[in-house]
Amino acid sequence: MTENASKLQVKDLNFYYGNYQALKGINLEIPANQVTAFIGPSGCGKSTLLRVFNRMFELYPGMRAEGEILLDGENILARDVDINLLRAKIGMVFQKPTPFPMSIYDNITFGVKLYENLSRVDMDERVEWALKKAALWNEVKDKLKQSGNSLSGGQQQRLCIARAVATRPEVVLLDEPTSALDPISTAHIEELIHELKADYTIAIVTHNMQQAARVSDYTAYMYLGDLVEFGETDGIFTAPKKKATEDYITGKFG
Amino acid sequence: MEKYKNTSHLKRQMQIDALFRISTRFFAFFVLAMLLGILFSLLVGSLPALKHFGWGFLTSTEWDPVAENFGALVPIYGTLMTSFIALLIGVPVSFGIALFLTELSPPWLKRPLGIAVELLAGIPSIIYGMWGLFVFAPWFGDHIQPWIIDNMGELPLIGFLFQGAPMGIGIFTAGLILAIMVIPFIASVMRDVFEVVPPMLKESAYGLGATTWEVVRNVVLPYTKTGVIGGIMLGLGRALGETMAVTFVIGNSTIFASGLFDAGNSIASSLANEFAEATSELHLSALISLGLILFFITFVVLACSKLLLLQLKKQEGRHS
Repeated sequence: MTENASKLQVKDLNFYYGNYQALKGINLEIPANQVTAFIGPSGCGKSTLLRVFNRMFELYPGMRAEGEILLDGENILARDVDINLLRAKIGMVFQKPTPFPMSIYDNITFGVKLYENLSRVDMDERVEWALKKAALWNEVKDKLKQSGNSLSGGQQQRLCIARAVATRPEVVLLDEPTSALDPISTAHIEELIHELKADYTIAIVTHNMQQAARVSDYTAYMYLGDLVEFGETDGIFTAPKKKATEDYITGKFG
Repeated sequence: MEKYKNTSHLKRQMQIDALFRISTRFFAFFVLAMLLGILFSLLVGSLPALKHFGWGFLTSTEWDPVAENFGALVPIYGTLMTSFIALLIGVPVSFGIALFLTELSPPWLKRPLGIAVELLAGIPSIIYGMWGLFVFAPWFGDHIQPWIIDNMGELPLIGFLFQGAPMGIGIFTAGLILAIMVIPFIASVMRDVFEVVPPMLKESAYGLGATTWEVVRNVVLPYTKTGVIGGIMLGLGRALGETMAVTFVIGNSTIFASGLFDAGNSIASSLANEFAEATSELHLSALISLGLILFFITFVVLACSKLLLLQLKKQEGRHS
């Protein structure tokens, strides 16, 4: 495809909610250390696809995925994959901020403690590192013992991003991370996404076309469970190959 | 004309609003008045006994209606001990039930199990008492108690709890029956509060690679702590005040015994047993004093749970 090695390879992926097929034969390669955006009207399956990457769908009965998703060449949908380890490798941030009911410090250490045994000093360093990555350190460094719920909405979402990167995952999934935020917080987080891609592979679902154009290197347009078009963001937004993509991007549809 | 109509309409609405406000306020204050009224009548009724015996009433193990010598320690101990046993057994079991129902159960099993738990809560307490006395106690006394007395009665420090005769009935049996009675209350409250945890919050924790247990321990429980403690307090309230079932199986002995297998007495069952026969003023007053003590215990327990919640909030971190 390009000079970038692919981090995630999706092969013939079908996904079902009971009898309803939500994803239809998806084939896709997500390049490493790039931002890949998923756009499309509500119900097109973009969030569903994201939730297959960390097998979050398995928490709920009646959902199943068929096909293969290779993370660095290994099929993560295989039965013998340690699902908790997989989720530690693939971090996720949700539509709304979801700080845990504990202090800011403990919010960051929660995921780290699950898989690493760090000394007090190392843990302090890790917390500072993660909060700096999320551009939140300066705002919270004096109140790490305060509840995560005491922060503003934008700060909470950056706390959630810090929490996701603190475990040093390989891939970060962002499911409409700014849909509940004001424009200033949104700008903060978009900047952040730019910085994070040096270290992580990022997949972002967004309803906001400008946001997809601003933050992503690659864009996938999905409609009714099909992957309609996938390619470099510049190409998709300036010269889409398919009429459906063009209609959606220009606002004629969706 | 149009304008006039509107103002009269508005005026009537304001009057209705005022009436509504006054009547709801009356209901709210009525609760307070009831509480104070009950407290007042208990105080007045218990005055003769409290005057006669003083603080010694709380520490004396004597309960002799013939000699008119009364002390409350035996029923207080029985009430606290049976309730403690009930929570010791009931809380972990309820937690397990609620956890299974909300996090682990396959969907087709959720409804029948949930309904079973609720049905258990609806069984009248006298049925638990009868079951305890006629079914559980004989079996327990024949098969389990002898083994426990033989094997645990000699343990240092806690051995005294397991000594005594294998009668089946006693403080432990009462605690166990109470545990079965409080489980449906605690379990259904816990299940309800576990279910209101936002799925996204749980997913966030799962998304970091946490196991179900880690999610429940670190996210679900802290998030629902107010409800969980509320549920436990509801169960404790039932255990402290339960009368009929306890009266059946506790043994109704007025002699102090610290062992779990000995017969004892609880405040509520003393009252149920003796109220009809209390002829002297002092005897009646002593019984009412027991009621006052029960009232007081419940109050202290509630206050403690509020304090516990405050403490937990502090751990979570300050809200600015």
